[in-house]
Amino acid sequence: MIDFLNIKKNFPIFQKQPDLVYLDSTATSLKPKIVINKIKEYYEEYSANVFRGIYPMSEKATIEFEETREIVSKFINANKSEEIVFTRNATESLNLLAYSLGRKIVEPGDEIVTTIMEHHSNFVPWQVLAGEVGAIFKVIDIDEEGYLEFRIQNSELLKQIITKKTKILALTYVSNMLGTINPIKEIISEFKRINPKIIVIVDAAQAVPHLKIDVHDLGADFIVFSSHKMLGPTAVGVLWGKERLLKEMYPFMYGGDMIDEVYIDRTTYKNPPHKFEAGTPAIGEIIALKEAVKFLDKIGMDNIQIHEKKITDFAINRLTNTFGQSIKIYGPKNIEDRGGIMSFTFDKFHPHDIAQILADDGICVRAGHHCAMPLHTRLNVPATVRASFYLYNDERDVNKLIEGLKKVKEILK
Amino acid sequence: MNIYQDIILDHYHHPHNFGNLNKFSKSIQVSNPLCGDKIGMTVNFEKNEIKEIKFQGEGCVISTASASMLTDYAKDKSKHELKKLDSKFIIKMLGIDLGLNRIKCAVLPLEALHKLL
Repeated sequence: MIDFLNIKKNFPIFQKQPDLVYLDSTATSLKPKIVINKIKEYYEEYSANVFRGIYPMSEKATIEFEETREIVSKFINANKSEEIVFTRNATESLNLLAYSLGRKIVEPGDEIVTTIMEHHSNFVPWQVLAGEVGAIFKVIDIDEEGYLEFRIQNSELLKQIITKKTKILALTYVSNMLGTINPIKEIISEFKRINPKIIVIVDAAQAVPHLKIDVHDLGADFIVFSSHKMLGPTAVGVLWGKERLLKEMYPFMYGGDMIDEVYIDRTTYKNPPHKFEAGTPAIGEIIALKEAVKFLDKIGMDNIQIHEKKITDFAINRLTNTFGQSIKIYGPKNIEDRGGIMSFTFDKFHPHDIAQILADDGICVRAGHHCAMPLHTRLNVPATVRASFYLYNDERDVNKLIEGLKKVKEILK
Repeated sequence: MNIYQDIILDHYHHPHNFGNLNKFSKSIQVSNPLCGDKIGMTVNFEKNEIKEIKFQGEGCVISTASASMLTDYAKDKSKHELKKLDSKFIIKMLGIDLGLNRIKCAVLPLEALHKLL
């Protein structure tokens, strides 16, 4: 059994700030010592560029760099490491797809489908692409509880969403506001039954850090996620795609590292993944990402998910029991269907004021629309407070949140 | 320093000049989509001076207190004078130490006022 109460010891930030109550891992996660040390190791011991130097330092950097690709590939059960493309973040991975894939396959009158619960980064690129190309932009709605309006039994509704004209379905695995875990595998299998040619892109930025992902089992064509939300460094995103599709796509950015041969009148490109990795990448950060993956793997993704579920359940119950009707928590009531995300409104108090008063006691939560404005508009609430949990959170953090909210009530009543 | 001081909370709970003028020379609505704050302002000018001003809307403590204090201040002031007000003035008027992320809340009423001038 994992000692989650002692896990904070691996995160140096808690030594500097022992009273920190960090409840914003959905925005970005904290970093363990081994990740920070690995970055330091690269910059102090072999800070050369990759794929270029013949000298040992550059070879060492290249080996370390490519080892991360291998480890990430195994972590999500990809076929081979060539299917892993490094970007700057999940947002860039999605934009890469909109440019390199979207502009290749979407034609006037085609349909691009997404959902109302997307982060802006999996919404706006598709909205803009549809507008540019003259395609139809369709948005799957949610029901009152925060589930996607997706009923396997209702084949008529499914056929309205996905048609023979659908080229791309882009949807999130876990909602960054509602916490809903979408039944991605079932959705993909049902939709591909209607139209086997659709390309399914899964935004797994809130999933890969928190639950076990097997890209084969899911049946997706592409998944994207971010290093910094899974204990890794910032400035690293991942795009996983089927090799055949990666080969067919246009390059994304042009320049160094991605070319094969350059002549005055033409250029040929490398194979994926390098075709999509122009310019010097975030070498030290990518190298350090593997330490984050190893750390997560050692604890076990299933254990992490169970821990988060337990703490989210505890938090929802404590909040409801303490504040009753004045707390409104969004998202599915069944704890099995949600990740460690709890968005709420509290009385008539403004989310910014709530977050500010909590901040004065060292409690970090997010207030606003969490980059999901269409969802907030749909829910008819301008802004919410979001507390999110990860492996280093425990019940003590929840208790401090409760005390903080009592103080909010006292000050603003 | 705690920004939720008594004077600020008093303006929040009992905002001055809250509501709409029945007859007005100009009205405006501004919003901050990030937090959903909305402020509407109605104003009556006499020559170049504000004679009456009211605001309404939903906002956080900071934007409400700022609107309440700013509308008090703006009465009998000339357009010329009011155009010169900036975020520094608002921070001084509120008398609290605002973080980077909350300045937007504090200056939303000023944005409304400037659009009326």
